[in-house]
Amino acid sequence: MTDPLSTETPAIELINVSRRFISPEGKSFTAIRDFNISVARGEFVAVVGPTGCGKSTTLNLVTGLASPSAGEVRIMGKPVSGIDPRVGFVFQADALFPWKNVIDNVVAGPLFRGMAKDAAYAKAHDWLARVGLSRFEKHYPHQLSGGMRKRVALAQTFINEPEILLMDEPFSALDVQTRVVMHDELLNLWSVSKASVVFITHDLEEAIGLADKVYVLTAGPGTVKAVYNIDIPRPRQISELRYTPHFIELSKTIWGDLREEVEISHNRASNAA
Amino acid sequence: MTAIASTNQAPAFRAGTSDAEIEAAALAAILARKRKVTLLRWGILVVFLGLWELSARREWIDPFFYAMPTAIIGRLWDWFSEGTSEGPLWVHLWTTMEESLLGFFSGSFFGILVGILLGRNKLAADVCQPFIKTLNAIPRVVLAPFFVMFFGLGLGSKVALSFVMVFFVVFANAFQGVREADRAMIANAQILGASPSQVTRAVVIPSAMTWIFASLHVSFGMAIIGAIVGEYVGAKHGIGLLINIAKGSFDTAGMFAAIVLIVIFALSAEWVVTQIENMLLKWRPAPFNDHAN
Repeated sequence: MTDPLSTETPAIELINVSRRFISPEGKSFTAIRDFNISVARGEFVAVVGPTGCGKSTTLNLVTGLASPSAGEVRIMGKPVSGIDPRVGFVFQADALFPWKNVIDNVVAGPLFRGMAKDAAYAKAHDWLARVGLSRFEKHYPHQLSGGMRKRVALAQTFINEPEILLMDEPFSALDVQTRVVMHDELLNLWSVSKASVVFITHDLEEAIGLADKVYVLTAGPGTVKAVYNIDIPRPRQISELRYTPHFIELSKTIWGDLREEVEISHNRASNAA
Repeated sequence: MTAIASTNQAPAFRAGTSDAEIEAAALAAILARKRKVTLLRWGILVVFLGLWELSARREWIDPFFYAMPTAIIGRLWDWFSEGTSEGPLWVHLWTTMEESLLGFFSGSFFGILVGILLGRNKLAADVCQPFIKTLNAIPRVVLAPFFVMFFGLGLGSKVALSFVMVFFVVFANAFQGVREADRAMIANAQILGASPSQVTRAVVIPSAMTWIFASLHVSFGMAIIGAIVGEYVGAKHGIGLLINIAKGSFDTAGMFAAIVLIVIFALSAEWVVTQIENMLLKWRPAPFNDHAN
């Protein structure tokens, strides 16, 4: 960290990355091709694209759960080999452990990593307080609403203090009102943590509202079609933001790009059927 | 409108009925339904036993072959107070219990262990698959004579038979349960920092637990079958031996009495398994109370 150059290297880089899947019958399928993306330290990047363009594949490559067929994935300038402890991941589906209560879910990460029990629980109390769930420590996930479960998932991820935060359509299952509340909550947590974020979503407004940069992907095999800088000043209040003229203008421009890809992907799906 | 009227929805109350009154009415309806169920159950039991007794006494059915409830109760009383022709009843009862409990615990322990090991190791699972399938295809009871030959007339042969009866059932469920463990949940644990063994302990085993318990309910019955069949083939003690002897002397009341004892034992064991299950799986959402008629 004393090296001034080290802060210059991007937090995440994907350089000419391709990823093929081989089916059990030996057929190959390319999910992403010649993919280039770069996330600076502390930057919030959103990735939008049509269904099946390899968005989730991209994230799996960064976590180290999968490795690229070609090209290179780097975290903090070093190639990814295995799961990096600096990475945190918020899933689309409910990935909480249903047999653990809220506090035990949140404390799981530090305990897996060998932190002493007392310290880990103290930390978990603190994080639950930050997401406003102190009263629900002993509840089981099924006793909570969807929004509350997502808050637990955020606390579970943030307690590990990830330098890199990957989010795979984390709020897509929530209703619109809850989603807006969660956006503001996420930005609050993020503004303290200063993690570098890759946020994958279908929802263009969500992408523009949250991110510094929006990547638009092509229909599969996915590659980067365009990158937009979102110059809306922070701190942002997403619930207000989306009615400002500048926001609407940005949405229109990016949607122009995205729509073509969505149509391609849609036509393919209906031709296949 | 008729469709609505015919469903058993909560009755419509007059405007201005207080919540307390509505709740009291609902509570009364629930209690009344509970009483109805209990009453019907006892009714069925009494009618069944009564008809059996009556038809045996009137000789509509041959009491020599079908016995009758009072004769069975009388035989149980004899056994408890004076012992059986083969010695005190407690010895037989305990023998069968011991055999099936040992078979049940060893069978489920190894079933769970092997199920989890193979479930977590794809290569081993693929290699072992045809062997397990073949072994599983052997009807377990045909092994009884072998076990009597190998382990003698005592405890060993019955426990062995109980073991193989239980093992495959529990193994299959544990294996399936491990395989069904949620991918996102496993990935979540890995990224949170779990090692492979931590993933097994914190995610895979708890999520397989529902499957494993489903098999434990069935497999206790299996353990008892193993013990009793083993006793049929050759034994010095046990409920199976009592049935065998009763059969030899055309004592149908004795055979039924032995069955009653086994049923009581099996139901108590089932109750214990359910209690443990409710304790360990308390994280599951409670099923909706369905009080529809």
